[in-house]
Amino acid sequence: MNQALIQLQGIVKKFPGVLANDHVDLDINPGEIHAILGENGSGKSTLMSVLAGLYKPDGGKILVNGVEQKFRSPRDAIACGIGMVHQHFKLVEPFTVAENITLGEQGSSFLLANKELKASINELGKKYGLEINLNAKVWQLSVGEKQRVEIVRMLYRGSKVLILDEPTAVLTPQEAAELFENLRRMASTGCAVVVITHKLNEVEAIADRVTVLRLGKLAGVLEQGQINAKEMVRLMVGRVVASKYERDSSPVGEVVLELDKVKAFNDMGLPCLREMTLCVRAGEILGLAGVSGNGQREMAEVIAGLRRVESGKVLLNDQDISNLSPRRIIDLGVAYVPEDRLGMGLVPELNALENLILKNYHQPEYSGRWLLKSQAIERNAETLVKQYQVKISSLRQPVRVLSGGNLQKLLLAREISSSPKLMVVIYPARGLDIGATEAVHKLLLELKTRKTAILLISEDLEEIFKLADRVGVVFDGQLTGDFPIEQADLEEVGLLMTGSCSARKDDGR
Amino acid sequence: MNRLTFKLEKRLTPSPVMVFIIPLISVLLALLLGAIFLVLTGEKPLTIYLLMFEDSLGSKYGLTETMVKAIPLMLTSLGVSLAFKMKLWNIGAEGQLYMGAMGAAWLPLTFPTLPVYLMLPGMVVLGMIAGGLWALLTAIPRAIWKVNEIITTLMLNYVAILWVDYLVYGPWRDPKGSNFPITAPFAEAARLPGLGDSRIHAGLFFALALAVILAIVFKYSRWGYSINVIGSSERAARYAGMNIKRNILLVMFLSGAISGLAGMAEVSGIIGKLQHGISPGYGYTAIIVAWLSKLNPLAIIIVSVLFGALQVGGYAVQVEGVPAAVATMLQGSILFFVLGGEVLTNYRVKLFGQKGEELSK
Repeated sequence: MNQALIQLQGIVKKFPGVLANDHVDLDINPGEIHAILGENGSGKSTLMSVLAGLYKPDGGKILVNGVEQKFRSPRDAIACGIGMVHQHFKLVEPFTVAENITLGEQGSSFLLANKELKASINELGKKYGLEINLNAKVWQLSVGEKQRVEIVRMLYRGSKVLILDEPTAVLTPQEAAELFENLRRMASTGCAVVVITHKLNEVEAIADRVTVLRLGKLAGVLEQGQINAKEMVRLMVGRVVASKYERDSSPVGEVVLELDKVKAFNDMGLPCLREMTLCVRAGEILGLAGVSGNGQREMAEVIAGLRRVESGKVLLNDQDISNLSPRRIIDLGVAYVPEDRLGMGLVPELNALENLILKNYHQPEYSGRWLLKSQAIERNAETLVKQYQVKISSLRQPVRVLSGGNLQKLLLAREISSSPKLMVVIYPARGLDIGATEAVHKLLLELKTRKTAILLISEDLEEIFKLADRVGVVFDGQLTGDFPIEQADLEEVGLLMTGSCSARKDDGR
Repeated sequence: MNRLTFKLEKRLTPSPVMVFIIPLISVLLALLLGAIFLVLTGEKPLTIYLLMFEDSLGSKYGLTETMVKAIPLMLTSLGVSLAFKMKLWNIGAEGQLYMGAMGAAWLPLTFPTLPVYLMLPGMVVLGMIAGGLWALLTAIPRAIWKVNEIITTLMLNYVAILWVDYLVYGPWRDPKGSNFPITAPFAEAARLPGLGDSRIHAGLFFALALAVILAIVFKYSRWGYSINVIGSSERAARYAGMNIKRNILLVMFLSGAISGLAGMAEVSGIIGKLQHGISPGYGYTAIIVAWLSKLNPLAIIIVSVLFGALQVGGYAVQVEGVPAAVATMLQGSILFFVLGGEVLTNYRVKLFGQKGEELSK
């Protein structure tokens, strides 16, 4: 192949305060599956949005078949055969599949989908193995099927280049496998498929070529044969990342947290914890694996005093803390990093100074009877931000402008600095890139050496096996497995997470 | 030929310059819009505006009347701003003002001979309690069952106004008042002292003191911090161990109490008795004032004077055959332009020439 189908040359895209793309080049050849790899905020979605005509670049050229093109809107890009499937689907739910596919097409008749149209869509679907029921309403479809509709829509509009933004983020493993098969088939007919992702195993599985971005710049291009996880991580992060952490193996201490046959209801008033029993010791990380929606969030809330215990007991250092007020529990030394960082763990509209005293603003350190001690608050924030390496331009800026990684560091800084006896963390690395994940994990491991009991709730088995001393499995509000890390087997834990028979597998989404 | 395009770019922090300029431009635009209306109705806008200005801010009498109107606006605006800070939408300041007036009036009507050092403090306390309890009536269902306070506070306004009407038409009516719906005049001891011999009364000091106190509470106090957190995110507040229910009750009570104080100041400082229609809608205008001031207590003082002046000016031009509603219309348009102008505090406008080159910064 001598002529690239698409060439991006020196693309620059600025947003207020950030340079999202800094002179990025990219070639896409017909018939290839091309992965765009990068951490969060590396500019991969921005680059693809420029290609799809959503953003106007501040510099650089887009060449399609060697001819320079200027896209004023996605319509122009589609006219050049470039279609993008977004992470959040842009479908009209009450309409049928056929109507959604033809919607917005110029020259479509008053009746959105007539017979000939349907026939031609069907033919297209057959060609690529993307068969769908054209008469079904979109709201009736599963996530995987909706994605298929989006893909067929792009193909129907004559897309020669199909861009998919994190396509597997919402799919089950089976759906993902099926998607990859279809993408292969499309590429074999001469289409180019571009996949934006940060999952390395997927890239290894399907990509013919990989372009890696780092901090808005081109970090490297890997041709087939050069693609391996180690090299990709090095390009993404800019350094080698430890695949294993140094772990403190000193013996664990006394039992700190004990749940004894705890029952609780979820927000809909249905039982979500059924006689949950577990314990965590000082200096121990209990990794609780489970598909989300099996009572993990509710359990964390029960421990933090945010949800009623219907029966059973929650004990902290042998003291019954069931149904104490959240503040009493905080004062007894329970720290909690919730799943919802911005909105529960941190207040988006408040600045870092204010967010860092959220839980101890009432203590004599930070306030008198009436007034806040603004100097102490400022000193506290300055120390924490420095110590935990939070990247922040001003302590007085609302924290909602921070990236996910920095939010999590800020939140952990506050929770860890309270020197807790027990730390409950849910999905601590969810949505974080490799660098930030590593930083968060190291903070947790360091907290462990300080003899804090840590309950780590996660869906990511890799994370659990890296950090935990003991692995528990939660399914349907019960502890269904409990192994020391040396005896835990990845596959067995995986099976237990699904309730061993896969009856409830999809419920958690 | 030259096709210009523009786009809005979000600012990372609101522009401090725009925060000051936008209200000024908004007032000018509102005057312009009002002028169009006046021209269409066959009036000379410049003459009308000059008259409005002269009669509200340009003479001693006008200034006095402006302040008389501004005092209840200041108090009710401060009251609602406290609730708004916690995102409790108390739009019942009008009713709370009436109930405060009633609570305050009860003392001189029942014990007309009390000495002044018992009478006035007693009226202040009773007025504030009455206004506060009236607001608390909506805070309790809000705290327990999450009953929408917008509806309940609004509805209770009508109840309060009609209740005061009932009193002054019925049991509290002055038998010597030749059937007018008024109570007996208060004793001299129940009258708030004025500033010199003017109609501006000591209520002004209540308002100024409260503004300073609230400014400190919002910015520097521990309690103000928790109100701010609860207002920004109730879930985060609960997570941090704050008592949300208690704060709903407390904030709503105090918010109502401040509006109740406005009612007390009206009957004691201006009218000298309880009667039908003691407020021309101060409690509603207060919502606009609080919003325009961005809940800043010190800004509330200034904006209240402006709105007081608009109201007085509106009455003045009635003599010329122009409806006083001109003032209300101007108030509405100012709010309209300020809200529209907020785009400019949060976004920056960038101009692009035909070839897409940037023309402005």
